[in-house]
Amino acid sequence: MNNQAVTIAKDNDGNSIWQFLLHELKPRGKWLTPFNIISIPIMLLGLGLIFYRFIYGIGSITNLSQEIPWGLWIGFDVVTGVAFAGGAYVLTFMVYILKMDKYHSLVRVTVLNGFLAYVFYAGALLLDLGRPWNVINPIIGNSFGTSSVLFLVAWHFMLYMLAELIEFSPAIAEWLGARRARKILSGMTIGAVIFGITLSTLHQSGLGALFLMAKDKIHPLWYSEFIPILFLVSSIFAGLSMVIFEGSISSKVFSDQISEKHHKAERGIIQGLSMICAVAMFAYLFMQLLVFIHDKNWAYINTPMGYWFLLEMIGFVLIPMILFFYSYRNNNTLMIRIAAILTMLGIILNRLNVTVIGFRWDAPVHYVPSWMEITVTLAVIFTEIWIFRWVINRMPVLRESPAWVKEEK
Amino acid sequence: MSINRRNFFKTVGIAGVTLAVGKSAGANSPESEKTEFRGMLYDATRCVGCLECEIACAKSHNLPEPTDELQVDVLRKTSEVKRCVINYHTTSKGEVLVRNQCMHCNEPACAAACLTQAMYKTKEGPVIWRADKCMGCRYCMVSCPFDVPKFEYFSANPKIEKCDMCYDRIMKGQIPSCAEACPAEALIFGTRRELLAEARKRIAENPTEYVDQIYGENVAGGTGYLYLSPAPFNEVGFNTKLQNTSYPALSKGFLYSVPSVFVLLPTLLLGIHKATKDNQSKDEENE
Ligand code: SF4
Ligand code: SF4
Repeated sequence: MNNQAVTIAKDNDGNSIWQFLLHELKPRGKWLTPFNIISIPIMLLGLGLIFYRFIYGIGSITNLSQEIPWGLWIGFDVVTGVAFAGGAYVLTFMVYILKMDKYHSLVRVTVLNGFLAYVFYAGALLLDLGRPWNVINPIIGNSFGTSSVLFLVAWHFMLYMLAELIEFSPAIAEWLGARRARKILSGMTIGAVIFGITLSTLHQSGLGALFLMAKDKIHPLWYSEFIPILFLVSSIFAGLSMVIFEGSISSKVFSDQISEKHHKAERGIIQGLSMICAVAMFAYLFMQLLVFIHDKNWAYINTPMGYWFLLEMIGFVLIPMILFFYSYRNNNTLMIRIAAILTMLGIILNRLNVTVIGFRWDAPVHYVPSWMEITVTLAVIFTEIWIFRWVINRMPVLRESPAWVKEEK
Repeated sequence: MSINRRNFFKTVGIAGVTLAVGKSAGANSPESEKTEFRGMLYDATRCVGCLECEIACAKSHNLPEPTDELQVDVLRKTSEVKRCVINYHTTSKGEVLVRNQCMHCNEPACAAACLTQAMYKTKEGPVIWRADKCMGCRYCMVSCPFDVPKFEYFSANPKIEKCDMCYDRIMKGQIPSCAEACPAEALIFGTRRELLAEARKRIAENPTEYVDQIYGENVAGGTGYLYLSPAPFNEVGFNTKLQNTSYPALSKGFLYSVPSVFVLLPTLLLGIHKATKDNQSKDEENE
């Protein structure tokens, strides 16, 4: 594959580039893998449902109501998905700003993951818009709702996608064998990183700030004026847990892509990440405790919602935090992975508690997503994985950059 | 336990409202009165429950006329085809009729939430919705403390429906069709300042007939709709737990911090980047 890219780079006439792209578009490897067998029907069904929704309205496939206008697509796809994509800004901070070179091999795959997550989850946001053709209004500026947190978040999504695309673009250039472009693009990396971290800080917290005005609708155990900060801090360990989790899957599925050297380094990397997770979770728990005391929430603890809150805080923050600390000391990779999965479940729980479960918790009729909403969500996730796989198999993301990159240095 | 807590809140809420009313009645110049917003005053003691306002509203906005009967304690709700409703509540003061629709807040949460300014507080007072701008995100519905905006979930070209105080009519110099239709003068239109004065006068002249509170004077930072009622407001279907300060203020702190983060954070990051770069003699960044 590498050789191919180099050959293409040599003759620059358009023809062969198109041939090359056409060739690259073809699927590789076996077709009937279990993943394909499960994902293809769901993606097709999801596509059908999306068509149906655009003809008959959002209510035709969702269980949303006048009281509960945001459901699974916002609460899970957008709010939770973006928290999981937080790994990219944390890792680029560690590698490019703090120069922790140990983690360099993870940057590309994490940025790719983050970029795709934003593309697809912002895409999911479009599905949820009743009048998506007006989405250009806040972009082209004929009506700027600058007092709106959603306006801020939407703009940050777009700009951040651009920043991540720039951060990832050297890999695309290497794939196409475009040496000059690669040079220019990688010169822009540090700027994109700084811009990207700033944007991430603001929109990770901004997703929490969206709910500040819904003060009377969210259960007091989850509502506080500090939601933005809590969202920001939890996005650190949400993102890193995702990196750990995704890494453990990639190293099996794409083992042919990963060089011997990286395989060896993996242990140390995961160990380091687990420590960062543990510290961030400690800070997060401490803040949750302060908020809890500050808001005088004792009265709610001995209620069903209170138990639910304790389950989230103890079962899915405190316990994985202890596991992270413990397995860092013992260098137990398996345990770290378990802790990462628990943490991710905890993040899903937390985001859904703020946006869906705790929203209108006192309403007589509760919102439960319809099977169609769940199917569309799964279809979005599967499509993302398909694209991810396509890119990994072609571009130097997990594997080493082609030889010419090193020569040029 | 949670019920106790809620009752507790209610009491605090009522106490808070009464205190605030007492105070501003003395000072007599709350800020909102300077702007000359138009508003409506609904007097529950005058309403006869004829539903003429609902019918007029439906007619002037091309919505189906109400067909459901008015029944005591059967809650009728506003919806995507009904911008206002009258309800019959059993209270400690007997049966009381109360109307519900958009409150036309002085500082509307819906308009602050809207990222396209489709929800818009006009300088005349009404809060209106503009189809050519709205992208149907429903963030206004999430944010409105009164749950007013309604969405057409079963349409490919869905609209947000809510009372617009007949903004077009107001601009033509007419009064809202509901106020015009009301045979009992339960619903009157005017500047918010005049209406507040009128409401206070009615309470002062008939202290036994009204509770000593004008709902809308302070709730959510003050609203364009003002209510007089013979029974405490929590008994006639109002959420008296709502705060008396503006809702957009809740996210202001966050929004105000954005510009400074945008200036300070990149500078800081650049500084650290430079510092770590100097430490690293053989650095190979930008990859
Ligand atoms: S009541 Fe709701 S919809 Fe009406 S102006 Fe206030 S915030 Fe907006
Ligand atoms: S649904 Fe329309 S009016 Fe409501 S916030 Fe979104 S864009 Fe604004």
